[in-house]
Amino acid sequence: MNNATTPIKAESRNLNFFYNGGMHALKNVNMPLYENKITALIGPSGCGKSTFLRCFNRMHDLYPGNKYQGEIVMHPDNTNILEHGVDPIEVRMRISMVFQKPNPFPKSIYENVAYGLRVRGESNKRMLDDKVEEALKGAAIWNEVKDRLQDLAFNLSGGQQQRLCIARALATDPEIMLFDEPTSALDPIATANIEELMSELKEKLTILVVTHNMQQAARVSDYTAYMYLGELMEYADTNTIFTRPSRKETEDYITGKFG
Amino acid sequence: MNMATTVLNQSFKNAISPRLAKNVRRNIKERVIEFILMIAALSAVATTLSIVAVLLYESLSFFKTVSIVDFFTDTQWTPLFEDAHYGIMPLVSGTLTTSAVALAVAIPIGTITAIYLSEFASHKTRETVKPILELLVGVPTIVFGYFALLFLTPILQKAFPDLPGFNMLSAGIVMGIMIVPYIASVAEDAMRAVPMSMREGSYAMGATRFQTALRVVTPAAISGIVAAYILGISRAVGETMVVAVAAGQQPIVSFNPMESAATITAYIVQVALGDLPHGSIGYQSIFAAGLVLMAMTLCFNILGHVIRKKYREYY
Amino acid sequence: MTPDTPHAPAQASVLKNLDAVRAMIKRHKLNDYIFSLIGLLALMLALMTLMTLFIDLIMDGYQRFNLQFFSDFPSRRAEHAGLLSAWVGSALVMLVTFIVAVPMGVAAGLYLEEYAPKNWFSDLIEINVTNLAGVPSIVYGLLALGLFVYILDLGQSILTAGLTLGLLILPIVIVSTRESIRAIPTAIREAGYAVGATKWQVVHDHVLKYSYGGILTGVIIGMARALGESAPIITIGALTFIAFLPPSPITDVAPFINFEWLSSGFTVLPIQMFNWLSRPDQAFHINAAATGAIIIVVTLLMNGTAIYLRYKIRKNIKW
Repeated sequence: MNNATTPIKAESRNLNFFYNGGMHALKNVNMPLYENKITALIGPSGCGKSTFLRCFNRMHDLYPGNKYQGEIVMHPDNTNILEHGVDPIEVRMRISMVFQKPNPFPKSIYENVAYGLRVRGESNKRMLDDKVEEALKGAAIWNEVKDRLQDLAFNLSGGQQQRLCIARALATDPEIMLFDEPTSALDPIATANIEELMSELKEKLTILVVTHNMQQAARVSDYTAYMYLGELMEYADTNTIFTRPSRKETEDYITGKFG
Repeated sequence: MNMATTVLNQSFKNAISPRLAKNVRRNIKERVIEFILMIAALSAVATTLSIVAVLLYESLSFFKTVSIVDFFTDTQWTPLFEDAHYGIMPLVSGTLTTSAVALAVAIPIGTITAIYLSEFASHKTRETVKPILELLVGVPTIVFGYFALLFLTPILQKAFPDLPGFNMLSAGIVMGIMIVPYIASVAEDAMRAVPMSMREGSYAMGATRFQTALRVVTPAAISGIVAAYILGISRAVGETMVVAVAAGQQPIVSFNPMESAATITAYIVQVALGDLPHGSIGYQSIFAAGLVLMAMTLCFNILGHVIRKKYREYY
Repeated sequence: MTPDTPHAPAQASVLKNLDAVRAMIKRHKLNDYIFSLIGLLALMLALMTLMTLFIDLIMDGYQRFNLQFFSDFPSRRAEHAGLLSAWVGSALVMLVTFIVAVPMGVAAGLYLEEYAPKNWFSDLIEINVTNLAGVPSIVYGLLALGLFVYILDLGQSILTAGLTLGLLILPIVIVSTRESIRAIPTAIREAGYAVGATKWQVVHDHVLKYSYGGILTGVIIGMARALGESAPIITIGALTFIAFLPPSPITDVAPFINFEWLSSGFTVLPIQMFNWLSRPDQAFHINAAATGAIIIVVTLLMNGTAIYLRYKIRKNIKW
């Protein structure tokens, strides 16, 4: 599937990252994100997969002392989002994120989803109503909450809250959605729901998902990247990685020789 | 201790082994210590009971002479005059007006300071400023009284030439500045307690610091922030020295800060400075006033408690 | 649940309206910046006021900054009026306050943290402690007047003042004791019990020993508060012209210590300042200013020491 006709949505070029204090967390990572495909990042704890993910929406900017080196280029506009002159706020409006533990705001279900739109200055009630409904449908939770949009988001179950967070991230029509171990805090049924959701969402946008669960990567993704100690060890389409990995390190991890 | 040891030794001599006897002695010692500590802890309860008892006792005597209806409806408070009136309204209005001015100053400045420290300031700034705020809390109130009377009032009089030398505006403003560190400290703690993951969720949506602070952090911390406000109200209502020095001594019913008026606390001070025979109606009047003051602060404390429970933190 | 959009990826609304989006972001960042300026201003206001206050006091009162000011009694002539009776009175009252508040407060804190079972009884005590912290200080004065001065007939004396202030700062000592004790990990206690120590031995040799720094911090803050309190003392009454010193606690006749000073009349620093401030005569205002400056310096030093102590303790202790 690694052919020239599949367009690339974004790619990292020689990406290095240093945490405050000097720790070299990402070493020369070169990786493409194919458009409308799901790319999974796997690897043992501390390998840098979450660090890599959070470079895409400039989350590291929130904490002083972090340094990026290299580029992450977005297409079709060819912008390097790590460049100094590029506003992280603009980047975050194009790339949204779903976190490991659901983090809804202390607001109603409606207001949670509308948050991104309000932050963008949208205040027209009709527009908001439509977009909220669209997002909640896109996150496969509309039927469960359509009669209680004004209820507090905290009253939802864990799986529902996570789908709400997905709806929130979806409402602003992002180009790329980042998922940081989105189901590690959820039960198996909720997990299945979200995996199914991700497969549908990729029709509209590009997805990068970090997961601790190899089986999930195998189930859900089109491409998989194996990272170890900050380096991209191997990248291929999911089928190849899990059946005929070319590096011994990858094979060791996949067959459970270490974790 | 030697007597007891001997007695115990005698009684247990044939009954149990020396080792067990030692255990019993040790247990008794432990129990006694625990008992002493418990008595110490009960001192808090004893203090509260004493306060309530003293206030009620003297107030009861007071209300034998003064009818409760008069107390709450009369608009004059002149217990020490020939033609004595015992309406608490003037003192209450003085207290409310000075407190209102104080809160109008303290709540905005305190909240903005808290938001700034929590969401905008660098780590170094915060670590430097928080101890300074704590220091401010420790400044004795009499000093603020001086400031209100001899520094602020003359300045205000330049702007408002009709302002009397004793007025509620000056006292209220200074009280407000005095309360800012309380509100800022408690509100800031409440905001810091909001987990970073919630902020990250907001920033990830493309929000600025101000938007995140206003739309996400403040609502999440609202119960702590309101608790801070209630603390401030309580403090303002109970404050004595600033108003005694700078607000005035004449009880009048007025909600105009530009006037000179007495608060409940200032009245108590005024009477205590004079010479009142124990048991006279004037003497009892300060306890009745004190009772009203206690009731007011108690109401605010309970309100704060209820609000905290209702809007408990969700994380 | 299939989406309605066509297979081609949806164009991001950002790229479509790039200029409008950038303009909006710029506006929002401007608001951000403006608020940070306002916030800084508010912060500065709070801090600058203290500065202004202090400088104003020094400017108004510097004429009295000489050794005589500390060794003179109050007088009808402002230039000769000094703080002798006031600072001696403050020292003695604080001594009584310390003796009343610290043993009782630490013991109460110990009980609540180490011994009290979780039932309505200890809840009641806790509610009372919290409540007392919020009682206006003048109410403590009323308690003192009704109970100590008259019912217990302790008179308008140093003993009464010390008792009153002791009760006033009791919640401070209790809360700081509890917090310091709470900071000690259970593992240390368990280690003590594991070698067969009794409860009191564990508490005394371990808990108290490691928490005394934090307790000391709370005690210092409480004493600083007691030094600056005037409302309860005024309410006790009879603080007119005090131009004498309480009898000395140390005598040259056996048994060398007497307690007469406890029942003596007295004045304290903040009251003396209040007295001078209340006079219409401008000259006495200078005295008041000087006293105010001195009080601020002493309380700031005490509170500063306490805060510094707490900072050091937090840094050094590694469990």
